[in-house]
Amino acid sequence: MSGARTLADLLGGRAAGPDGYARLAVDASAWTALAAGCAASLHDLGALWADGGTMRMALSDSGRGLRAIVSLQTDMGHYPSVAAHHPPALRLERAMRDLYGVQPIGLPDPRPWLDHGRWPERRNEARYEFLPTAGEGLHQIPVGPVHAGIIEPGHFRFTANGETVVRLEERLGYVHKGVEGLMVGAEVEQAARIVGRISGDSTVAYAWAFARAVEAALGWTPPPRAVLLRGVMAELERLSHHINDVGAICNDASVLAIHARCTLQREDVLAVADACFGHRLMMDRVLPGGVAADLSAEGVGKIRGLLARFEETRDEILRVYDSMPSLQDRTVTTGIVAAELARQYATGGFVGRASGRAFDARKSFAYAPYDQVDFDLKMRTGGDVDARLLVRMDEIGESLRILLQLLGRLVPGEIRAVRPAAAAGEGAALVEAFRGDVFVSVRVGADGRLAHVHARDASWFQWPLLEAAIEGNIVADFPLCNKSFNCSYSGHDL
Amino acid sequence: MRSFLLDALRKGKATIAPPGPDAAALEETARALGERARQRLGRSLAIREIDAGSCNGCELEIHAVSNPVYDVERFGLKFVASPRHADVLLVTGPVTWNMREALLRTYNAAPEPKWVVALGDCAVNCGVFAGSPAVVGPLADILPVDLHVPGCPPPPLEIVRALLALMEVQAAGR
Repeated sequence: MSGARTLADLLGGRAAGPDGYARLAVDASAWTALAAGCAASLHDLGALWADGGTMRMALSDSGRGLRAIVSLQTDMGHYPSVAAHHPPALRLERAMRDLYGVQPIGLPDPRPWLDHGRWPERRNEARYEFLPTAGEGLHQIPVGPVHAGIIEPGHFRFTANGETVVRLEERLGYVHKGVEGLMVGAEVEQAARIVGRISGDSTVAYAWAFARAVEAALGWTPPPRAVLLRGVMAELERLSHHINDVGAICNDASVLAIHARCTLQREDVLAVADACFGHRLMMDRVLPGGVAADLSAEGVGKIRGLLARFEETRDEILRVYDSMPSLQDRTVTTGIVAAELARQYATGGFVGRASGRAFDARKSFAYAPYDQVDFDLKMRTGGDVDARLLVRMDEIGESLRILLQLLGRLVPGEIRAVRPAAAAGEGAALVEAFRGDVFVSVRVGADGRLAHVHARDASWFQWPLLEAAIEGNIVADFPLCNKSFNCSYSGHDL
Repeated sequence: MRSFLLDALRKGKATIAPPGPDAAALEETARALGERARQRLGRSLAIREIDAGSCNGCELEIHAVSNPVYDVERFGLKFVASPRHADVLLVTGPVTWNMREALLRTYNAAPEPKWVVALGDCAVNCGVFAGSPAVVGPLADILPVDLHVPGCPPPPLEIVRALLALMEVQAAGR
């Protein structure tokens, strides 16, 4: 694309901050050239958010190890749309416009996104126009926001021809809780509690990303033992969800025995987490400066026992999965995500890695303790439900390896450092949650309180691909596709 | 698949056994309800879960009550897909403005008699989301609540015990 600009060219050797991000202000033409660079695959769009009258964009080039946060001063709230060049920015821009009133000029889809016309102080139209579909024999199936199962709310509008899905359009935002607004002016500890509940299933990953961002902003260094314990908690969280997702996918193909076995193994993880850290989901256990709960020698033994049982479960499930052609008939070639789409959307997690995108924040922009741990980035190329399931199984194996190494390196020591005197600063961090990379950016004010927090869930770049994955599949396979993605609603709705 | 069955035989039942004060109380309530609830609703309660703004933490633990360890169905408690089949609406989250209408419609779709449970700190008092302009308020501001189950999130055993207690109370109250 003409006018596209690379990150390396923009940075010109400029040094990154302690958080790995170079920060610079750009003008509107450089902003647009960087957006065109995303579209031309010169770099990835990591996040896009509004902070007061400023628009910010996180960009990365993992091949060259480059990351930057660029800022554009808006013109009375107006700025050139990124989505006009690069579609993955579309929902981000619609969301930021709804929340902060910033106006992306040239936005290809002007419909609201998080604003459903229900907020008391707003008087927007509550009616929402879904994209038109035309053709012989088409019918629509509206699903949600309250779904049949015990899952988060969202609306799916299917257009089908007989059994075949012609188009799926998602409508999200139902669980918007105004988390960013709640954190403005909050003390660091209070904000940590809120961040840990942006998507409660990834509470450790969110709290860790927030902690690293605050630590970078304030020059706060967590003790080595705390860093290892964060890794232990994050891998336990990953294990609990990966095995649960495998079971849930098989459950949607009516293989209840695998599901039951997986939920038992998940329960085992949560019971061990509870015994070791005092909370089944390990909420509020990772804090800026360190961690809130230490791991006893007895706890180490409990986790070692868990690893042995988990290894056995994983082998068993794989054996049964491989021996069931009727199950694989449902998963293989179902819901394919093209590699090109995963690359364009810079899709993280198992969704990206099952479609050949070799990105994992623990490897691609390695952070402690993963920079000192031996493990492999697991990737597949099938892009179907089967590939997403097997990437999870592969990653379970790696998490077990990681945990063994982390436990082996634990030495006695402090678990939380004292907050340094420095009050103000900016910081950002990328942490690999079970479903993909979570990005958190913070600005701490001179009063030591949060001036701004932005969190971007991996789901922002996965939800749109679910719409593409289901096309041409039968309606009955949607639950399988959806479970194989397991996107966050709450993390997306903010 | 055969190996699963052999394994289950070798390891024995995964479902938690009654001993210990908590489990005993749970068994006791279950037995008491067996007598009384049958008069009104038979030996079961059908539950429709509604996430009205949750972070998904409560949903994880509600899922857990159906796993083989807690096995909530043995008490006659069953999660159903439609509010039209439900006796109990189990609601999580600080109710968001964007979910308010869906919540009310789901409530209205459930037949009488029906009971509402506010599950988790957010449904009880909005939790960490209290004060947000995107949040309507605690569930009790929107629907008549019969039972509050605090916790962030409440662990599965407490969810089971609360649901059993609800059966007890609703059966005894008439």
